[in-house]
Amino acid sequence: MNNEIRIKNGIVFDPTNGIEGKVGDIFIKDGKIVSKVSESAQVIDAKGMAVMPGGVDIHCHITGPKVNLARKLMPEDHRLDPHFKTPNTQSGSGGIVPSTFATGYRYATLGYTTAMEAAVPPLTARHALEEMYDTPIIDNGFYVLLANNLFLQSLIAEGRNEEFKEAVAWWLNATKAYTVKLVNPGGDEPWKGHKNLNVKDIDDKSKVVDLSPRKVIESFIDAVHELGLPHPPHIHCNNLGHSGNYDTTIETMKTAGDRRLHVAHIQFNSYAGELGKSPKSASKEITDYVNDHENITCDVGQVMFGKAMFMTADAPLTYLLRGYKKEKWVNADTECESGCGILPFDYQGMVYTHALQWAIGLEIFLLSKDPWRIVLSTDHPNGGSFQNYPMVMKLLMDYEFRKEAMKHLNQKAMNSTILGELKREYTLNEICIITRAGPAKCLGLKDKGHLGVGADADITIYDMLDDKEEMFNAPRYVMKAGQLLIANHEFISDYTDKKVLRVAPEYDRDIEKVIKPFFDDFYSVQFANYPIDDEYLHGTGVVIETKKKKSIHENK
Amino acid sequence: MSVASKNDKIVNEKIVENATCTFCGCCCDDITLTVDMDKKVITKAKDACVLGKSWFLNHVIEDKPIARIAGKEVPLDDAIDEAANILMEAKFPILYGMSDTICEAQRHCAPIMDDCGGTIDTTTSVCHGPSGMAFQGVGEPTMTLGEVKNRADFVMYWGGNPAEAHPRHFARYAVTPEGMYTPNGKDDRTVVIVDIRHTKTAGVADIFLQLTPGKDFELLWMLRAACKGFEIPEDCKEICGVDKEVVEDLFQKMKNCTYGVIFFGMGLTMTRGRHFNSGALMALATDLNEFTHFVAKPARGHGNVTGADNVVSWQTGYPFGVNFSRGHPRFNPGEFTTVDTLSRKEADAALIIASDPVANFPKPAIDHITSDKCKLISIDTKNTPTSEAAHVSIQTSTYGINTGGTVYRMDDVPISLRPAFDSPFPSDLEVLTKLRKKVNELSKKANRPYSTKKYM
Repeated sequence: MNNEIRIKNGIVFDPTNGIEGKVGDIFIKDGKIVSKVSESAQVIDAKGMAVMPGGVDIHCHITGPKVNLARKLMPEDHRLDPHFKTPNTQSGSGGIVPSTFATGYRYATLGYTTAMEAAVPPLTARHALEEMYDTPIIDNGFYVLLANNLFLQSLIAEGRNEEFKEAVAWWLNATKAYTVKLVNPGGDEPWKGHKNLNVKDIDDKSKVVDLSPRKVIESFIDAVHELGLPHPPHIHCNNLGHSGNYDTTIETMKTAGDRRLHVAHIQFNSYAGELGKSPKSASKEITDYVNDHENITCDVGQVMFGKAMFMTADAPLTYLLRGYKKEKWVNADTECESGCGILPFDYQGMVYTHALQWAIGLEIFLLSKDPWRIVLSTDHPNGGSFQNYPMVMKLLMDYEFRKEAMKHLNQKAMNSTILGELKREYTLNEICIITRAGPAKCLGLKDKGHLGVGADADITIYDMLDDKEEMFNAPRYVMKAGQLLIANHEFISDYTDKKVLRVAPEYDRDIEKVIKPFFDDFYSVQFANYPIDDEYLHGTGVVIETKKKKSIHENK
Repeated sequence: MSVASKNDKIVNEKIVENATCTFCGCCCDDITLTVDMDKKVITKAKDACVLGKSWFLNHVIEDKPIARIAGKEVPLDDAIDEAANILMEAKFPILYGMSDTICEAQRHCAPIMDDCGGTIDTTTSVCHGPSGMAFQGVGEPTMTLGEVKNRADFVMYWGGNPAEAHPRHFARYAVTPEGMYTPNGKDDRTVVIVDIRHTKTAGVADIFLQLTPGKDFELLWMLRAACKGFEIPEDCKEICGVDKEVVEDLFQKMKNCTYGVIFFGMGLTMTRGRHFNSGALMALATDLNEFTHFVAKPARGHGNVTGADNVVSWQTGYPFGVNFSRGHPRFNPGEFTTVDTLSRKEADAALIIASDPVANFPKPAIDHITSDKCKLISIDTKNTPTSEAAHVSIQTSTYGINTGGTVYRMDDVPISLRPAFDSPFPSDLEVLTKLRKKVNELSKKANRPYSTKKYM
């Protein structure tokens, strides 16, 4: 079979290579973009259509143990949104937490071809990999939860920096992760061991070891920097969701100094006001800091109205939110490593806080000056489903539409923000940056997010429509690694040869001797059974290069 | 128990360290197996409990055909073709079992039923199905077993007998281990057993509550009411068979512990009240979080029933009792659970994987599944009444002994197996991979409109 394709006369958006809506051809061979193809190549006429790289979701929750608990929790939601079988694809269930098959297909129908699972506890990382294998089409990777790992915390507290760095590298290898995820550092121990308390501040000392969240964050930033991972630590800051938390967020970003840090779903960390009272917008303070500091990248975590599902390793927050409606709630503690909270939620336009959260997210998008460092996300499913992305794009691209939407929301919230004054409208090129080129760059994925020669042929072709929601909701063609999956809006084949993206930094094998005694004492699985075999990658693991740097502590 | 006599010198010996026992949901992964590779038997299973020893040491490679149709030996591929044809031609095919095989094999089950428009169900529907339904209703605060070992100072078992069903549960996870904040093991814990009779488990209890049979819900609800500030009623003894003072004392202990856990078994889920009982217990654990950290966990039975729950959930959105006849998954326990589809004589083909309904189900269900109205296909590692009654019977190798793969411990922790020795029989994974491929081919050939169905 001829595996060459020529996409002819499309309006090409490839910001990475400086191409902004220029008519041209794209050539594909053996799953990659090439400079030319033979005459016999299949031709796709893309005249008048926008050709973009496949979307890259930098932060979502789509596979792994907590996702599956949330799936099991919501039969009433699946029931309303069946995902039908077709001759080429399998059936599944939709809703706010779709089944794995439905997740893959639905990402593809938005033109997304890569999605990173943002939080997986190491002990259950096998589960995440198993689900990834059952999530068709999209390439995945995941961030491993390490900030509340008791063994790593003890190394930090004892100042054993070198061993700490080696142990982090060991954990990344053992779990096949992409980078380190820090969630509410220091918060698990008071929650699990001290009758459901939480840390209150970034400099609050944990009750167990003499360690502040700031010290934990700093240590991970150092270690990840020195290991040279392609993506920096991905942080869910302390005090997420609380009024007045923007101070904590800025302090967290300051902790990074000039080293890289990715602040996840920053909208949830951009609130002014007094703790315990209604929040106010601090989008200005936050974006001012981000605009001035090129080492910081973030994704927004836009809130969209309707169903959502809190699904986070920040267990105390979930329990706090449960207090409002006493909804069904799941808490899942993972020994020595992590916590987890799950709670169904509903964002309503008439509720002051929810409307304000929506506005703050949009303000952050509109106030930020560098689209390369701000990524579109809804923290799926925490701020709403990933299926809202086209709507978010329309909100960003259409000032009149935004004004109209604001009329139907809580007016007290709208009046307290500057959203109405922000007339900026995102261009198609900027949308292409915040959904594709930018996240690929933040992640250090050199083969994704662009259409230059050598890139993966993950390509989406959209009809140019005035209604941008409609446009981004239904690409005419979607291609994964050079294989045409969606043609004229219909699935013409399934694609299961997807890849798992991960890192494999080198480490000193002797670190295992340091880690093992802790396992023998406090874990419920054997040390030898903890690291994950390559078999779980099903031959599809892609190791992204790491570049080891000199120790910061040597310099000091 | 061992097949090899103790005096025989083993020439070709192999040691498998950190092997996992898949007999029960504890999935202990610290077993050291000594294998006689010539005789293909395990001679020692160090650290295994009595059930685990019996599981490992009694495993022999039997001399029997791999595949049979109507009792006659056939090549494996013929049996798979026959099975695929039966499933595709059936009006109401069902698939049941899955709890004693690896996740990699389980992953093929829902797609097979998706292609033939059938119903998939696991053994969960006859054990902790009610807990699964209760979970959908109220959620659950829960944990991995290591948290219990490290932190729990209050441990309760409700309606279960782990001393006999999960023998290492006490020593490895919940009662005696010395953990991070429980350095003195059992001395640091209050152990409470609630049951209708004094079992072997009750022997370890600091407090044993003997409940009037069928009154689980009443006692749970009293404790929930206590969480909300209500008094334990004066006639507590008449209601549930336990003295008021005992319940009051118990409530204080639950409220004042640092990390409390309740394990519950089928004594709770399969008595009157079923998912209301499980739901009440999960809700009680949730309520107690107002005072302290409290969690609950069903004590699951089979080696990988938890894996079956997980796989079916991630593929379909629902844990068991899922029907594909309308071209997408639908969940309805009672309608699509196997005992019911068989008792009502609806199923006309049944694919049974790694379980034995003919030995365990109610009589009307057995009568139907063994009748000529229902074509029975069995994939199992041993000869069972089900495999003997089956029209198509395929023998497979045993997970955890002959084949590797993934199992989920009762607390959803995935563990990789380390097999001891090869088997001449194909693995479940191999058989189901072939069957899925064949069914998929047939379904494409049949070119049915995909959202039709035969059964509505």
